[in-house]
Amino acid sequence: MSAPPAMSEPLLDVRGLQKFFPITKGFLQRTVGHVRAVDGVDFTVNEGETLGLVGESGCGKTTASRCILRAVDPTGGEILYRTRAGKVVDLATLSSSELLPLRTEIQMIFQDPFGSLNPRMTLLDNVGEPLLVNGIGNRRERTDRVAELLRLVGLRPEFMHRFPHAFSGGQRQRIAIARALATNPRLVVADEPVSALDVSIQAQVLNLLLELQSRLKLTFLFVAHDLSVVRHISDRIAVMYVGQLVELAPTAEIFGQPQHPYTAALMRAVPVADPRVRTADGILGGEVPSPAAPPSGCYFHPRCRHAVARCRVEAPELREIAPGHFTRCHLAGEVTF
Amino acid sequence: MTSDQTPLLSVRDLKVSFTLDEGLVRAVDGTSFDVMPGQVLGVVGESGCGKSVTMRAILQLVERPGRITGGEIRFRRRDGGEPVDLARLSPRGAEMRDIRGGEIALIPQEPMAAFSPVHTVGDQIVEAIQLHSHRWEAGGRKLSRRDARDITVGLFRDVGISMPEQRVDAFSWQLSGGLRQRAMIAMALSCKPSLLIADEPTTAIDVTTQAQVLALLRDLQAKYNTAIIFITHDLGVIAQMASYVVVMYLGRVMEEGPVDEIFHAPKHPYTKALLRSIPSLYGETRVALPVISGALPHPFNRPPGCPFHPRCPDVMERCSAAVPSLQPVAPNQLASCFLYHDQADAG
Repeated sequence: MSAPPAMSEPLLDVRGLQKFFPITKGFLQRTVGHVRAVDGVDFTVNEGETLGLVGESGCGKTTASRCILRAVDPTGGEILYRTRAGKVVDLATLSSSELLPLRTEIQMIFQDPFGSLNPRMTLLDNVGEPLLVNGIGNRRERTDRVAELLRLVGLRPEFMHRFPHAFSGGQRQRIAIARALATNPRLVVADEPVSALDVSIQAQVLNLLLELQSRLKLTFLFVAHDLSVVRHISDRIAVMYVGQLVELAPTAEIFGQPQHPYTAALMRAVPVADPRVRTADGILGGEVPSPAAPPSGCYFHPRCRHAVARCRVEAPELREIAPGHFTRCHLAGEVTF
Repeated sequence: MTSDQTPLLSVRDLKVSFTLDEGLVRAVDGTSFDVMPGQVLGVVGESGCGKSVTMRAILQLVERPGRITGGEIRFRRRDGGEPVDLARLSPRGAEMRDIRGGEIALIPQEPMAAFSPVHTVGDQIVEAIQLHSHRWEAGGRKLSRRDARDITVGLFRDVGISMPEQRVDAFSWQLSGGLRQRAMIAMALSCKPSLLIADEPTTAIDVTTQAQVLALLRDLQAKYNTAIIFITHDLGVIAQMASYVVVMYLGRVMEEGPVDEIFHAPKHPYTKALLRSIPSLYGETRVALPVISGALPHPFNRPPGCPFHPRCPDVMERCSAAVPSLQPVAPNQLASCFLYHDQADAG
């Protein structure tokens, strides 16, 4: 299961994705600057794999994932998606009517299962809603499908006439997963799907996601901040910092030999659940800069202990340092981080 | 735990209940533990295990309809003398108000919610220092604002806030998450407490900032030798911070012991299952994790007997009939599980 999936045409190919939010001021709402939330992000997601997207709050990982669903409209760049019919379309430029048929193929799982389910709708209506809005099936067929979906995520079909409040956090996340799967999607964007759950429930939901992926041949874009969770579920991992992708590599490689100082610092910062292993040295000083006023040169240089003069003036490009291993660092290959 | 030391805080059979329209919620149901002077005690548990309510009870901050319904919270005050039972003190009385903030301080989970947004952080710390003036001046005179402000600037420097003179005049919403939590730590330390309660102090902040804050707490603990009760659901944070660990589930202590024993020789089935279920940075990826079956029970539906028995892999007949008491299972290690009771009876 841990072998990387066979190289295939990417299902999703994101190129130079940008999303700027204007900063407005005064009565006339003049634009005085931009928050460069996502600033030129490139990655691909292959069919059947899980790409983990990690970073700290404000790094743009959620905005990037929402651009793919067009929940926010990107400022620039291309989001090339290969449809079920085999055609490659640019999700960034499609009109909403052109997007409509693709909505069934790309679905989302949200972080907070308490906020993402409508409390006034039964499970039948909550889980059946994507079918209803996409005009799939009649009421009877939808009921059958919801029963099937609830069984798929490990809930009893009899629950479908109950309301979300009757369920625990873990069960609600199962319901949200069932809803995301209602239209038989190919790509599922999961934004922090387990971070609101208790430790003993997290493992259940992670196992469910892995099982569903192999059963239904799903492709996941898994957005999270918890490195141990991302490491557990992802085939490849992309690390973001201040709106940019700083490193992308297969999971074992990025954890074994990180080629960006930020990735290395992020891993060192994770408290190890073993009192015999001390995580002490190499704590990252300073703070994440604002994406409205990023530093010159490499965005990471003010916090980087390896920074040289070049890093302050010249912004590094994302480059392939080994097959499938991309990094945005001048010193990669010369320095061990 | 060395027996020749007397505990700073000793919680015995503490019970806290909330009377709601739907019924009685026993949030803390007979919890006992000790905190030694200068010890970092980690309290770990999932939501609803009563860890936060226990800490609020220690500070007499349980809000209605919650009530301490039983047990003792014996605290040894700085002036020596016999320990006082905090559970018996009036929440608004002079003694409790002197202890709260003065000798026991709290670092809350969300510094954004804990600071007032309409006062500068400096003003809020100055106020706390002035309220506890007698800890600086023997004469019982109230400290001037200027003196209190100087103390605050010094505290800010201690907790690693750059440009402390400017930052004391900032509002909490002008500070980043990490700085805000540092300011909160400065406030908690302002009266040099002998016990610090840190309730999920790094849950709301990012991992690199968390590493900074944890390192800061570790340094301050070494410097002032303050006892800390560190509450978290993150087993990694517990392993790195605590020397002694209490594992709670549904308002009861399941197991307690030195941190190395809890992580490397856990005895209670709940502790074992919890440790197995977390993905590690070293384990095999993309394989099914061992899980704890079932869900946390709803607070109105507490299972009879051992609260963990419906989810326990080693459940026996007697588990649903009676509540196991906390018994020694190894030197320095206690567990409340019937698996070990015969052994304890025999020994």
